[in-house]
Amino acid sequence: MGKNKLLTAVAVLVFAFLIIPLCIITVTAFGGGSAITFPIDSFSLKWFANVFSLESFRNSFLTSLEIGLLATVIALLVGIPAAYALARSGMKGKGILKSVFLSPTIVPGIVIGFVLYQFLVLTLRIPVFAGLLAGHFMVTLPYVIRVVGSSLDQFDFSIEEAAWSLGCPKMKAFFRVVLPNITSGISAAFMLAFINSFNNIPVSMFLSGPGVSTFPATLMNYIEYNYNPTVSAVSVVLMAATMLIMVIVDKTLGIASLAK
Amino acid sequence: MAFMTLENIAVCYDKKKQILKGLNLEVEKGELVSLLGPSGCGKTTTLRVVAGFIDPQEGTFRLDGDDLTKVPVHKRNFGLVFQSYALFPHLSVYDNVAFGLKMRKMGKDEIDRKVKDILEVCGLTDLADRFPQQMSGGQRQRVALARALVIEPKLLLLDEPLSNLDAKLRVNMRVEIKRIQKKLGITTLFVTHDQEECFSISDKVAVMNQGVIEQYDSPENIYRHPKTEFVARFIGFENFLDLKKSGDVYQTADGKVFAVETPHEEAALTGTIRPEDIEIDREGRTANVLEGTVGVRTFLGKSYQYEVSTSAGKFMVNMRAEDQFQEGDPIRLYLPANKLILVSR
Repeated sequence: MGKNKLLTAVAVLVFAFLIIPLCIITVTAFGGGSAITFPIDSFSLKWFANVFSLESFRNSFLTSLEIGLLATVIALLVGIPAAYALARSGMKGKGILKSVFLSPTIVPGIVIGFVLYQFLVLTLRIPVFAGLLAGHFMVTLPYVIRVVGSSLDQFDFSIEEAAWSLGCPKMKAFFRVVLPNITSGISAAFMLAFINSFNNIPVSMFLSGPGVSTFPATLMNYIEYNYNPTVSAVSVVLMAATMLIMVIVDKTLGIASLAK
Repeated sequence: MAFMTLENIAVCYDKKKQILKGLNLEVEKGELVSLLGPSGCGKTTTLRVVAGFIDPQEGTFRLDGDDLTKVPVHKRNFGLVFQSYALFPHLSVYDNVAFGLKMRKMGKDEIDRKVKDILEVCGLTDLADRFPQQMSGGQRQRVALARALVIEPKLLLLDEPLSNLDAKLRVNMRVEIKRIQKKLGITTLFVTHDQEECFSISDKVAVMNQGVIEQYDSPENIYRHPKTEFVARFIGFENFLDLKKSGDVYQTADGKVFAVETPHEEAALTGTIRPEDIEIDREGRTANVLEGTVGVRTFLGKSYQYEVSTSAGKFMVNMRAEDQFQEGDPIRLYLPANKLILVSR
């Protein structure tokens, strides 16, 4: 009994630690003053209006969406076959190849950002958008290979062999039998990859250029010069959007399907 | 020439580990042949060579006179049933069974008729709309069988299809498989490590050991007359004694004389007998008798099994419940000439 109470107390403390800053940010977003204060002295919605009126926010938000979706889709197109090959073949050096594919999650983002800056921007001089896309593809690919790979590890490949034996050529069997049975892994990979691309700062900071910048990078810039409740308002908007997506996912796929 | 032949098949992984070492097998049309052996003997590898999942380094696989060694899996038209059933989880029973027919681009009506026919044969008509995860092991097994049979395969390949079922269902299913196999007259290869299952279902049995077939014969002949010590051990012979030929009879190293019904051409060989075939000598016979001391006793239900120490080593002897012996009792074992089998060492 006593142990249970202690556990509850710890759980409440941890939860509070996680949730209180979010609550404070939410409250400060509605403040009327020009500095972020808590508690707020007057109520206003003007900072929300400011979020939607700032052109740099709007543009960079769209850029982030575009980069995130494109990078994720490309990562899926590359990552699913790669994960399949890693799961299916018995070749030597499979372990090494796996670690190489997963290395961008281990190497600090700042290093990847710098290397890509050096290579893509200074040496190859490729356009800013293409550079950003390449960087984000690199950041998201490991998540796709990891998550789809673990989904494939659970897959009984004799199902695929059964399809071959029934007259289904290998390529067709992959689409007809393997893919439909790893859809939960693919949607989880999509979510994780997209979120990671959308949140990424170090790679984006290095690869952003004149006129093209991702949302987090723009936000960082903004905070440096204007520390006002707009930042809180942006956070609130993002939190609300995330919650909405999670509710939709839960209602359609079930949150549990992402954890599989 | 036989309907299906494997000639000199060799398979090795990593160049070092040789799984099949020049395996030969002939199967006549309509026969059900079992590949029997312990795990790692190469029986599943043999089946996978026939199915086309493994390219043998050497050898030829022929069916009906055609060399199929290099033909890809999807063009072989063989029905496969896997140990894990391998049903398509995202398709209903009906669609699982129809899958192979759709691959053959058949008309919708024809597919419907064939699927319904085979579901009927396999007793699955009421389950057509279910999904695999909603069914029991036995039901899944029947769906796997129906799916393999509906394409009217030239060969049916079964890889330990019953090992995931409970004991009672296993017996029912093997009768079922035999019934359907005979009804459709389809040539079948059956992989198993269970000798009882294998003997009950097969027309012929190939006992495998370390990548070769040690004996290929009818279940009755293998049960009664194993050719090698390995085969004998695998099918329930537990007692072995070294013998040397001397004239018409055979002798142990310490001069005990044994007569056998079926002689053997080799001079030095092993005599073997099942625990249940050993009798107690109360008449003071001079031949085919071993003296020993009773050791540990275990209860088997119908009988007791005694471990008896003799000059030729430990012997396992099954005796009816009435014949009670105590540990340490002297005992004379009689090995009847018609039950003592000679095998190669």
